[in-house]
Amino acid sequence: MPDSIDIRYVATLARIALTDDEVEVFGRQLGDLLGHVNALAELDTASVSATAQVIESRNVLREDRPAPCLDREKVLAQAPQRQGAFFRVPRIIAE
Amino acid sequence: MEYIEKSAAQIAHDVRTRVRSAAEVTDATLAHVESVEGAVGAYLTVLADSARAHAARVDERVRNGEKLALAGVPVAVKDNMCLDGSRTTCGSKILERWIAPYTATAVARMLEAGAVPIGKANCDEFAMGSSCENSALGVTRNPYDLTRVPGGSSGGSAAAVAAYEAALGMGSDTGGSIREPGAFCNLVGFKPTYGRISRYGLIAFASSLDQIGPLARTVEDAALAYDAMAGFDPMDATTVDRPVEAAAGALREDLRGLRVGMVREFDSAALGAALDALYRAAYRDLERLGAELVEVSLPTAAYGVATYYLIAPAECSSNLARFDGVRYGLRVEGDDVRSMYDRTRAAGFGPEVKRRILIGTHALSSGYYDAYYVRAQKARTLIAGDFERAFAQCDLIACPAASCPAFEFGAKSDPYSMYLMDYYTIPMALAGLPALSVPCGWTTPEGGRVPMPVGLQLCAPLFAEKLLLGAARAYEAATGHALARRPELESVRA
Repeated sequence: MPDSIDIRYVATLARIALTDDEVEVFGRQLGDLLGHVNALAELDTASVSATAQVIESRNVLREDRPAPCLDREKVLAQAPQRQGAFFRVPRIIAE
Repeated sequence: MEYIEKSAAQIAHDVRTRVRSAAEVTDATLAHVESVEGAVGAYLTVLADSARAHAARVDERVRNGEKLALAGVPVAVKDNMCLDGSRTTCGSKILERWIAPYTATAVARMLEAGAVPIGKANCDEFAMGSSCENSALGVTRNPYDLTRVPGGSSGGSAAAVAAYEAALGMGSDTGGSIREPGAFCNLVGFKPTYGRISRYGLIAFASSLDQIGPLARTVEDAALAYDAMAGFDPMDATTVDRPVEAAAGALREDLRGLRVGMVREFDSAALGAALDALYRAAYRDLERLGAELVEVSLPTAAYGVATYYLIAPAECSSNLARFDGVRYGLRVEGDDVRSMYDRTRAAGFGPEVKRRILIGTHALSSGYYDAYYVRAQKARTLIAGDFERAFAQCDLIACPAASCPAFEFGAKSDPYSMYLMDYYTIPMALAGLPALSVPCGWTTPEGGRVPMPVGLQLCAPLFAEKLLLGAARAYEAATGHALARRPELESVRA
């Protein structure tokens, strides 16, 4: 199993800005953790299926009928920034 | 003994029969909270006004003849569960000022049964931790020794119940977050079968593992809360649509006819002489109550922590992607939308949450997915299979709930040493099994001032909650360990 972790790259994927100190500390701590989880390589899992969820899962359907949902004003009141009925974000598409 | 020290069952009985009003119980609880909360710090938000309004409504319902199972029972709600109109923070700066716009199903069911929400209880940030020290918003202390942690992540709910700041606590358990604080705070901490209680309105950490359950001072109280919360919910497609057997009315007197499995790999001798003696005495007590002890083996359980620390972070990295500064919670402005995401999440999440998001992102990333995430899911299959084979030979499993009693603040500064706290509770979570911790004695930790509680873990096959609670009740009644000591609150009253 691979046991190194490129913290800067992973932080980019995870959308978290890290300080240099965090890169150093997390790099060490997570490298250490990967060393521990690599013990799983000792298990013979060649013929074992993966378990995503332990309880029997089934497709859950319901009638496609309108029902009350969360109140729009109440939800938008929690937005960091809003504009009318919308969440406002920094410009995404250039002018 | 003050009235607020009564069990939830007794309070509900008194309120139902109008010996006491819910308003009186609520006022007494709020007064007590005010006097001890400065020392304990169980709550992030005390809901005094809302609690009084709920209590008035309960009294009105009682007058109208409603038979409420939890009439007037003060409850502490872990702050990762939504309660309409209340601040719901997950112990995180990213949700520090977020007001929940709806109520979680489990909370709604507790309120429907007559419970009164006293406050939102502290927890490790996004339920990631085993001591409550990862909360970004407050320090919670163990009521039995204020220099020690209450356990976690449901440490605030546990401390509240142990300090009589509530009669019942609502917790969530992903790898041990109800059972470990239960053990640390002299409580019954009960994680039902995965899917028994709706997760709607529980802010997600690891969705295939997260399970709500009660913390209580007696098994009967835990059973009452379970009966109120359990059952199918159309708002959570993973809830199981099969009948719930009421547990509260079916508490056993003995363990005759039950085979209790002792796990060969969980030999308590590894925990030192004092804990070993307590656990051996507990197993003898199970036998004395009529149980037949049988040895079982969980050969892959030792890989539980490794398995968990890939699966839970992977799911957390996905679930916590929603905290991006757009729709709710903290936003830190940036030059563009991308830097807004990066800065918001950098400022809003604490170190443990960042570590788990990073490890989960890594485990799911291209080139590593099979080696980490899929391999962990396969290990999970093996662990669940171990339990299935064990339960062919026994009806229940008994083992330690934690590898030590409550420790001092700062004692587990290395992340991995904290992760090992859940060594005995993670395997059951990975297998989705119902399990609980029940007080089994006291020990003074090395360098400690006073004896601290120790928890015995009992685990049952899927959906065998009634058997599990019944057996725990028999053990509790025969031993009474929880009653041996009281929390040290007299000296701290404000």
